[in-house]
Amino acid sequence: MSSTTEAARPSIHLSPSVTARLARRHRAERRFRRYGIVAIGLAIFFLAMLFISICSRGYTAFVQTFVQLEIVLDAEVLDLGAERDARTLGAANYQGAVKQSLRSLFPDVKKRRDRRKLNGMISTGAAYQVREMVLANPALVGTTVEVWVPADDDIDMLMKGHIDRDLPEDERRVDDDQLAWVDHLLQLGRIEKRFNTTFFTAGDSREPELAGIWGAVVGSFFALVVTLALSFPIGVAAALYLEEFAPKNRWTDLIEVNISNLAAVPSIVFGLLGLAVFLNFFGLPRSAPLVGGLILTLMTLPTIIIASRAALKSVPPSIREAALGMGASKMQMIFHHVLPLALPGMLTGTIIGMAQALGESAPLLMIGMVAFIVDIPGGPLEPATAMPVQIYLWADSPERAFVERTSAAIMVLLAFLIAMNSFAIWLRKRFERRW
Amino acid sequence: MSADAGPGAVPAAERAAMESFVPSPATVKPAGAPPRSQDIATETAGDITVDNPRMCARGVDVFYAEKQAIVDVSLDIGQNEVLAMIGPSGCGKSTFLRCLNRMNDIIDVCRVTGRIELDGEDIYDRNVDVVQLRARVGMVFQKPNPFPKSIYDNVAYGPRIHGLASGRAELDDIVQSSLERAGLWSEVKDRLGESGTSLSGGQQQRLCIARAIAVSPEVILMDEPCSALDPIATARIEELIDELRRNYTIAIVTHSMQQAARVSQRTAYFHLGKLIEVGETNQIFTNPRHNLTEDYITGRFG
Repeated sequence: MSSTTEAARPSIHLSPSVTARLARRHRAERRFRRYGIVAIGLAIFFLAMLFISICSRGYTAFVQTFVQLEIVLDAEVLDLGAERDARTLGAANYQGAVKQSLRSLFPDVKKRRDRRKLNGMISTGAAYQVREMVLANPALVGTTVEVWVPADDDIDMLMKGHIDRDLPEDERRVDDDQLAWVDHLLQLGRIEKRFNTTFFTAGDSREPELAGIWGAVVGSFFALVVTLALSFPIGVAAALYLEEFAPKNRWTDLIEVNISNLAAVPSIVFGLLGLAVFLNFFGLPRSAPLVGGLILTLMTLPTIIIASRAALKSVPPSIREAALGMGASKMQMIFHHVLPLALPGMLTGTIIGMAQALGESAPLLMIGMVAFIVDIPGGPLEPATAMPVQIYLWADSPERAFVERTSAAIMVLLAFLIAMNSFAIWLRKRFERRW
Repeated sequence: MSADAGPGAVPAAERAAMESFVPSPATVKPAGAPPRSQDIATETAGDITVDNPRMCARGVDVFYAEKQAIVDVSLDIGQNEVLAMIGPSGCGKSTFLRCLNRMNDIIDVCRVTGRIELDGEDIYDRNVDVVQLRARVGMVFQKPNPFPKSIYDNVAYGPRIHGLASGRAELDDIVQSSLERAGLWSEVKDRLGESGTSLSGGQQQRLCIARAIAVSPEVILMDEPCSALDPIATARIEELIDELRRNYTIAIVTHSMQQAARVSQRTAYFHLGKLIEVGETNQIFTNPRHNLTEDYITGRFG
């Protein structure tokens, strides 16, 4: 019992069993860390796979094969009389002028069948392009212009290496004659790949070389404007009421449960609801971004309400007490102190909800936003598609050239989503407050 | 009500009970084992009344749902006095303080019965506007809680919402005089635009006091205002409290008996939701009447 024996006894923490246990504890920790790294690694791997597969397939859509033609805008070829007003100019035979210029490039091609093949190498959009030029500047009639016009999508695929030259002729979409003509054009330097502005400025088209994402972007934009204009104020007001004013009883509990449920309802159900209520009952127009926006509002609301309530809850009670203790009314407490502090969180939730809405396609199918629409919508009541629906439509098209356009459209959509989410993160970092 | 408030108004029988209160042997426990609630009599030792009361509480009970936090507390707070409330944790002193400007209203399950008067008017009356009440009875909290706004806006907030200043110049005057009276003006006068949260803990608490006095309250409630501060900051706040006494009525809850002895004129000792003893601070600390008070101030429990 003396103090010397006490001191001589080694600490129990150095005994073999305890040290062995300690080693086990450290091993467990290292193992757990490795699991975490593996999980993160897998997630990054899949994400990288996604990006690599989409980008490697889609980046070629940002260029497009063009052919330089020397087009003689002869009044006779254009079938023009003496009149030069917009109507006659608009109805002129530009197709003939394009064909004529091709014929002058390849004077040896005489047979009717061969000529048709030759003409098929140039997009039907070429005639429209020339028409626009002449309409913009009627003085061009009678002159010769050098223009770069889009090639047909098969030629485009050949130029991009998606069509194998070594295949037997009957197994490829470009036959030997056309191959020879392309090679001739290459020698002349009259065929080359240029940046594809059409893809960013045009609406949908049956011809891949004329199809663009802009119509879908505008449709998505109108739908999202409607969604934001409705879901943000409604969501914030609902969250404020539920969090700050509503009595805590079984009715508010029921509402809370149902809001959480609403967040988990499959989106196609919202589409059916929109079809039944907005189209059939209220008689709103089909395919309109307004209706799409209304449905996306229903879908986004639970996200915004839940995020906003969490943001309101995270405002420390000391700030509320300080405001109330000064004699601020409840409204003043909320609008002067709680809401400004909760707003970044609310905005973050809203942006994430908007990003969800931007990527949503299923409910839009139900209300007819899946239609083939060439025109760029001019307002939320005009027929439109949305970006994810456009991707769905293109993925469904048989032409080889739509494969790369599908991927390119996905890249554009992902760019929007990444931008929105980055903005949300920036907003959170920027306005994060510490107490 | 002001007529009842004098010492003479206390019923003779009650007074007799107070004066003849002798702790029964049953309530005397060995050191370290404080008595249970039901063993303590609800009578308060000492004189609960003052000559010129600002606030009078009579028979106040507070319940949190089913649990009773305060049992039958009656207490006056006099004009221009500092009343300190002491007692072990969970004794109800903060709860009682928060009843005085109805801060307990924001707790859903909290229920207050009894009568609390400010200048003879029942503050729990249905016609009393709680916004106005809290402007008249200001509060300083345990943890400094400046708004995450500029120093100027922190002090100007109260006058703005209550419309106490008619112009920018008048508002500037209020802000300056409030900060001066809180002893903070010289330290912050060159950086009024900075955030109130950028100040040190002690400065933040003085900012909160400046914010409270900027609305010209009649009573200031302080809930352990120095518990988060170091001794130097605490000393500044205590000096400030002594100066503020000239213009305001102050009720302060504190865990520090030394602080209660230094700043207050009267002290109330709470124990397990009951007001055990009230009296001149001097008397409480030198010659307590109740054995529980004595046990507490001599450090036998608490």
